[in-house]
Order: sequence, then C-alpha cells, then structure tokens
Amino acid sequence: MDKFEPVIVAFCCHYCAYTAADMAGTQRVQYPPSVKVIRVPCAGKVDAIHIMKALEKGADGVMVGGCLEGDCHFREGNTRAAKRVDYVRKLLDDIGFEGERVEMFTASAGMGERFGQIATEFTEKILQLGPNPVKTATSQAAQRAAS
Amino acid sequence: MMKTESILEKILAAGHLAVTSECGPPRGALPDKVREKAEMLRGSVDGINVTDNQTAMVRMSSLAACIIIRQMGLNPILQMVSRDRNRLAMQSDIIGAYSFGIDTMLCLSGDHPRFGDHPMAANVHDIDSVQMLDMVRTMRDEGKFQGGDKLDGPPKMFIGAAANPFADPFELRVARLAKKVNAGVDFIQTQCIYNLDKFELWMQGVRDRGLDEKVAIMAGITPMKSVGMARYMKNKVPGMDVPDELIKRMAGVPKEKQAEEGIKICVESIQRLKEVKGVRGFHIMAIEWEQKVPEIMERAGLLPRPQV
Amino acid sequence: MITAERKPMEELIAYLRPFRRILLLGCNECVTVCAAGGRKEVGLLSSALQMRFAKEGKPIEIEEITLERQCDPEYVEELVSRIDQADAVMSMACGCGIQEVARRFQDKPVFPAVNTTFMGASERQGVWAERCQGCGNCVLGVTAGVCPIARCSKQLLNGPCGGSTKGKCEVDPDIDCAWQLIWDRLKALGMTEQYEENIPAKDWRTGRGGGPRKIVREDLA
Repeated sequence: MDKFEPVIVAFCCHYCAYTAADMAGTQRVQYPPSVKVIRVPCAGKVDAIHIMKALEKGADGVMVGGCLEGDCHFREGNTRAAKRVDYVRKLLDDIGFEGERVEMFTASAGMGERFGQIATEFTEKILQLGPNPVKTATSQAAQRAAS
Repeated sequence: MMKTESILEKILAAGHLAVTSECGPPRGALPDKVREKAEMLRGSVDGINVTDNQTAMVRMSSLAACIIIRQMGLNPILQMVSRDRNRLAMQSDIIGAYSFGIDTMLCLSGDHPRFGDHPMAANVHDIDSVQMLDMVRTMRDEGKFQGGDKLDGPPKMFIGAAANPFADPFELRVARLAKKVNAGVDFIQTQCIYNLDKFELWMQGVRDRGLDEKVAIMAGITPMKSVGMARYMKNKVPGMDVPDELIKRMAGVPKEKQAEEGIKICVESIQRLKEVKGVRGFHIMAIEWEQKVPEIMERAGLLPRPQV
Repeated sequence: MITAERKPMEELIAYLRPFRRILLLGCNECVTVCAAGGRKEVGLLSSALQMRFAKEGKPIEIEEITLERQCDPEYVEELVSRIDQADAVMSMACGCGIQEVARRFQDKPVFPAVNTTFMGASERQGVWAERCQGCGNCVLGVTAGVCPIARCSKQLLNGPCGGSTKGKCEVDPDIDCAWQLIWDRLKALGMTEQYEENIPAKDWRTGRGGGPRKIVREDLA
C-alpha cells in the first residue's frame, strides 16, 4: 500500500489569501507540499462547479481562501464564496462523500503564519479522512481488471 | 316580516337579547357525547352552534351532530366551512339539514389545515364565506341553486356569519362586515371579546354605517379557566386580543380560584356589553366547559330564556 | 417564471442506477433563472452523479446538453443526433419540458431531476415566491394587482379572514396576508370603495377544474 500523499487544491484570492500563501513562502513557514495554490482574483470567482470538478478529477480536499470578513476587496466576494462552500459541503453529504473535504478560510495578506497553520491542519484532516473515494474506487476497479 | 321559522330569528325580532352557545362534536362515532353536551345547555340558550371540523381536526360532521340535537327537541345551528366542501356538497348538506328541521346556520371560511390533524389535505375553498352567504340567501329567497337552476323545497335558513373585530387590519373590519351584510347575512357572532374598548370602537364604526340596523350582532364570550389559558389565547391564537390587565387579574388570584375569577370576568363583560347599542345578544363559547353556561347565564341575568 | 427545485439526490440516484449512459438535459429559460436546471446546475449535477457512481464502482457516462427551451418541439428535435448514445434521459427542466422530451422519444426512459413548484417572481436574489395559479380568469384588475387566489392561503375572493395578524397570514408568519396587500394597494391608489364590491363565486372551469386546458390560436395553427 502506497503511503497516502493527499492532493489539496487551494483557491486563493489575489488580494489576501494568495498573498498570505506567498508570505508563508517568504517567511519560510513550513506547510505540507500537498497544498497546491491556485490564484483567483476573488474568492467570489470560485463557483460550486470548480470545487466539484477538482474533487471529481481526484483532489482529496479543496480549500477556498478569501479576505477577512468585511475586508473583501470586491465587497462581498468572500461572503458569497462561504455560502457556495456550504452548498457544496451539503451536496457532497447528499452523495455520500464527506462534506469536510471542502473548507472555507479567511486571512489577511500579511498572515503567512496563519496560512501555514491552516494548510497544515487541513492536510491533517484530509489524511484522517483518507483518499478521495473516487480514486479508491477507480484504483480498485483497475486492480480487478488487471488480475 | 320573518324570513324563517328559526327560534333565534323570533327572539331577536321580539327585541330580546338572544343567547347561543357551542358544542364541539366528538372525534369519533360517539353520539352520546353530543347528547351529554347539548343536554347541559337545555333551557339556558336559544340555539346551539355545532362546529365544523374545528381547527381543521376531523370530528363528527356538524350536520350529523345537529340532527342528533334536533331530535332532542333542542335548537342546533349548523356551522359550515368552505375549506372542506365544494358548492355542490354545501348545497346538498344545506337541503339535507333543513329536511331535518335545522333552520339556522353559520357560513365560515374555516381554519387552515396546517393547524389540524390532516395538514396534507387539499383545501377546497370553492367559494368563500361571503359567497356562501349569498348562495344560501339565493336558495332561501329565490328558490334557486347557486348554478341558477330552480330548487324545489327551498331551505328557509336564518343565516349567520362570524366577525372578528380584533384581527388585522382593524380599519377593514367594519367594511368586511358591510360586505357580509351586502351578501345577505342575518346575524353575526363575533370572536370572543376580552378587549372591550376595542370592541366598542368597532361597534361605533358599525353603528356609523347603520349596519347595526341591518344585522343582529351577538357578542362572543369565552370564560377563562386559568391564567395559563389566558396566556395561551393571547400568544398562540391568531386574531385574538387579550389585554395585559386581564392576564394580571387572572394571575393575581390563586390557582384554585382562577376558574371562578374567569367566570366573574365573563359575567362582568356581559353586563357591560348589554349596554352597548347594537349588541343584540351573546354567543358563549365555553369550550370543554359547557357545564358552566347555565351558571353564567344565571349570574348575567339572562335566565329564564324568553319563550316565543 | 416557472420555478423548480432539484429532487433529493437519493431519488435521482435510484432512477439512474440501472443505466450506464445518461443524457442530462438543462433548459435555458425558467429553471436557469431560478438556478434549478440551467447549464450550471447540469454541470454540478453531472459532477455529483459521476462521483457518486464512481465511488460505487459503477462509473456512469453523462452527456450534458442544455437546450434553449424544452417545451417547444423544435428545440427538443435537436437531440435526435444524440439520443441513441444514451440509455436514459434525465431532464432538469420543468414538468412541461420533461413531458415534451418524453413524448418525442418514446423508447427512452425520461426522468425528472427537479420538482416543478409554482409560477412566481423573484423577490430578491435567490428568493422566489408564488404569484399565479393559472386560474384562467384573471382578477388582478379588481384586486389592485395582487392575486388572492395564488397568494391567500384560503384563496378567498372576499378576504381577509379573521386570522390575518400584523399583515401576515395565520398559516405562516413569513407569508404576507394577500388581503392586507390588496387593501394597502387600494389605499395607495385611492380606490378603497372597490373593497366592498363583493366578488362573486368563481367559475373554476377556466382553471384546472374544467380538465387539462389547451389554447388553439386559429390564426396561427
């Protein structure tokens, strides 16, 4: 059994969350390499389908990062993102997937430490949840086909 | 000129204060329960309303219970809601009721099934209470069905309706009475009155429009059994106005004395309402407390009932 | 618009389980506006279903097509080239669209993905409320533009009932009392005498009461 190396996609808004991730890098804050950061202009640009597609294609977890409450550069983008994350979490529960694989977080641009902490905690959670059930099923099917 | 043979009409026409009370039929085929309740009211009232699936809970039909009461030699008042029947069933039941000697009825919309034991049922409301009044008047005075055909053996019903001076918006409540008067209502029973000031304000509006000359208004009264009941009615029952002073008064009396206090308040209200011009009688709704009605009538000076 | 809401996932999964290749159809009109069955919702549902069936070890193929409307046969005809590639069809359109697809493709099972609810309007982003019940004989001209049939819980034509409380319906404090709304409008328009004109009993034949309805325009048919 290969060791589980989670793949986590983090949609981070340009103004805050992405800058915080960048800051983490500059400050040499350690966080797991499993977190792949994708820069978006605003967390509000992330739609439910982006999160679902990430999971459909095998991501083990998805994070959406926006500005701190009240500080969104585009006024309400972070609020809308939070609502969409809730919607996807519920949808995942409805199809028998763990809704906790998706999470919203907020940070300000200077919070490199916080970003590192969030990324580490979320990776921990995904390690506990295990690999994306789609991946498991696909590999099991492949094993059966091979034997 | 009398429109019907109804005792209630006769008493009102003779200028007496009329009194009616209420009987809720049982939630099962238990005719003796109807007889028990009705018997408690014998001699104390001029007519006994029989509710129609009240609060949208299935009970023995008003029509069946009215027949039982009629056969006891008493005077039932058929209540009919628009929620459960279309106009065919209504006219059919009205003809049937009159054939058993039931000559007084009340036309109502009915509580929404949301509150009852069958929230999943379809709401009929083929016609509303105002249209029902018009329909019954047409059957009685023109000998015609609602659809226009001639009707043999027209039911000579004395027609009543409800009025709620305490529902919102207040400014509409006199106009709504006017609508019912236009539709042909003969008598009105109001929602139970605790806020006498507000009721008198409504009556002023009624008199200003001369409606008290066109319809006999009977003031609704419900005695409080306890402060718990008072609070429940204040907070949980839509369209009910219970002043804080009343709650205070009930609460200020020890538990075992509250029922007596409730009767006292009830009798005082009747005495005050007797003085209000346009009030032609009382409708006592002593829900599950029918045995108190004779006492209330006695203490309010309304016994014996006039013979007409 | 006609509003709808997606059915519970378990019901949809149960419908599709016997099939391998699904045609998932969206509609670009009403269900797009109420975010129930447009292109976006088709994408989301497709993703969710594929994940679920993959997890069960029985992957499913879903082709996603969103038509301009599903209630006109001309648009449904566009599916002719794709229908043979599917074992079953699931439509996210309202009941009208679903039935049109089913009528056209008699040999394909067609399943609803949504529960069609009511004819309504947007109150604000994300909130739609019932406005019309298609009674076939519009009374809005005498009720100051508020419909008592669709918006009064008891469809009273001579309301309000005695349960109206602070402008709300006794059934649910979130429901406005339609007759309060009518009265307020009549006041604003200076037409309060209108209120006392009793509206007579309705002829329900123009509505559902007369059986399923049809309109035939002689000049167009």
